[in-house]
Amino acid sequence: MPESIASKIHSNPKFVKLCKQRDTLGWILSLIVCVMYFGFTLMIAFTPDILTAPIASDSVIPLGMPLGVGIILMSCVLTGIYVFKANNTYDPIMKEIIEEATK
Amino acid sequence: MKNMKTALTSLVSSAMLFAANCASAMTVDTGPAPAGPPSAPPPVNWHAISMFVVFVGVTLYITYWAAKQTKSAADFYAAGRGVTGFQNGLAMAGDYMSAASFLGIAALVYMNGFYGLIFSVGWLVGWPIILFTVAERLRNLGKYTYADVVTFRLRQGPVRTMAAIGALIVVVWYLIGQLVGAGQLLHTLVPQISYRVSITIVGILIMLYVTFGGMKATTWVQIIKAGLLLGGATLMALGVLAHENFSFAKLFSDAVALHPKHLDIMKSVVPIGAKANPIESISLGLTLIFGTAGLPHILMRFFTVTDSKAARKSVMYSTCFIGYFYILTFIIGFGAIVMVANHPEYVVDVTKNILALKGGVNMPAIYLSHAIGGDFFLGFIAAVAFATILAVVSGLTMAGASALSHDLYAQVIMKGKPTEKQEVFVSKMSCIGFGILAIILGIAFEKQNVAYIVALTFSIAACTNFPILVLSIFWGGLTTRGAVLGGYTGIFGSIGLLIVGPTVWTKILKMGPAIFPYDFPTFVVLPLVLIVAYIVSVTDNSESAKQEREAFAAQMLRAETGIGAEKAAVH
Repeated sequence: MPESIASKIHSNPKFVKLCKQRDTLGWILSLIVCVMYFGFTLMIAFTPDILTAPIASDSVIPLGMPLGVGIILMSCVLTGIYVFKANNTYDPIMKEIIEEATK
Repeated sequence: MKNMKTALTSLVSSAMLFAANCASAMTVDTGPAPAGPPSAPPPVNWHAISMFVVFVGVTLYITYWAAKQTKSAADFYAAGRGVTGFQNGLAMAGDYMSAASFLGIAALVYMNGFYGLIFSVGWLVGWPIILFTVAERLRNLGKYTYADVVTFRLRQGPVRTMAAIGALIVVVWYLIGQLVGAGQLLHTLVPQISYRVSITIVGILIMLYVTFGGMKATTWVQIIKAGLLLGGATLMALGVLAHENFSFAKLFSDAVALHPKHLDIMKSVVPIGAKANPIESISLGLTLIFGTAGLPHILMRFFTVTDSKAARKSVMYSTCFIGYFYILTFIIGFGAIVMVANHPEYVVDVTKNILALKGGVNMPAIYLSHAIGGDFFLGFIAAVAFATILAVVSGLTMAGASALSHDLYAQVIMKGKPTEKQEVFVSKMSCIGFGILAIILGIAFEKQNVAYIVALTFSIAACTNFPILVLSIFWGGLTTRGAVLGGYTGIFGSIGLLIVGPTVWTKILKMGPAIFPYDFPTFVVLPLVLIVAYIVSVTDNSESAKQEREAFAAQMLRAETGIGAEKAAVH
């Protein structure tokens, strides 16, 4: 890419802001996944009794089961949130930034 | 082009000849066995065979179609970068949902109940991490392999060699695991076909798909397989739920009542009978999540889509498909406890152990299909399981061949100077080599204990491929020395600790108590890799290191904007 376009994009405050926003969203969502998953993992490791306690007194279903399935479903939802946000908010701004630098 | 067509036709006809030979061998084999108790030879499973033949026919036709369109290196390695987000999502799911996750998780649940869910969750959560961190940037920076991204601003020779070694170890061992499973499965389902013949059939089909059809054929094999597997698993789960009056409460309480360990199957955070081990549980968790994000055959699929937007969408689709599939396998595993265990037609000896199934540990899902839909459905699910193995092995062969031809041959040995024609030729030769290697390894490992394979492949992916990839994308301070020393720490650390760990040291080598008492070394090796890569990079004061740090700005710009990224080929 020509040096002039590169420096134009780099010095565009919109670009710096966009990268920061997109990175922040990515890291926050990653953090949510890690907290859910390692929370689950730490319960397996240190409090298995809580994790495997039945969800109701007349049920054999352990608490870990809805939690595990919940993590799977949340993973799908979070990927959906990221894709929606990136497609509808970030991509148009990035397109503008590139157009401004190349015209 | 004409040559290729003739070659393809002759190879197809020789494969058919081979199949015919197998068929005649089968009729010979069905004679009374010389040893063992006198029992009628099992009938030939024509449902499975005919459905499998249809699948092979369709996929070979697709290969023929794909071969006609595969001209450039981008066609061969990356399907011309014309795959849509939805197609790639399905293909990634098809690449990832292995027989181990279909038959294996169902079998884990069948034996241990709740414990199986821990694997399902762990194998899924890597996917959102791939999306949030590397997916788009990978597409924007790379050409054919993840090593392209790692070496974007680092020295080609040493870094690419390390990355290719990491990729090859994962691919080859993953391949062995798949093949041994394929051989055993096919031999169990159609006893007239021997283990070796099964492996040879798989090897030949893979060579045909990948050598001629490249990534395009691989993609469609994976898409068809994903559709079949999701459809088949959905029908099985529906069959289970219909049997249980569509009540999960009834399903789980029936399973608890029937399983010999009763309520223990709902309290299993480790395999039933094993001692709880918090550190091992944490290490397993780390291995599953970051290992998924470092599998070379998965990362390679990001270069097949048109742009970073499609890369992003494909992960969303694959996460949803795979998550849905894992929930189904959980239902299937519990369904097998209710509908397969304790049934004399499936169990070796119901008076001794109501869980031990004929044909081995991986059979619960297969027999469940029989319990639900008889011989016809068993044939269908068996053919689906086999299609699954073919699709995963195709993806692995693609990844292995590209590590050899694109990374090692074109970039390291030829220093990036071979013509496109030479490179594609070498990669086709690598595919054939991989097919032959697959047959040899599959046969060599028939009777080996392959229990360490998941730990080995996922540990190296989690400790080498993924952390080095993430550092190279996000941390401008990473230098060649840091990447190389960090990467080799991951490779040798994982292998070393696995060798002195309980599975290999104690069970396979029989050397007594393990020196390193954990099966999954990730909790030690991953932090070590990060520390080594960091310290070596920051203390690297060489001129080249300075240039590498400076080059980060341009890399970051391309990663974020996609300017300069590889374009989709126009056909």
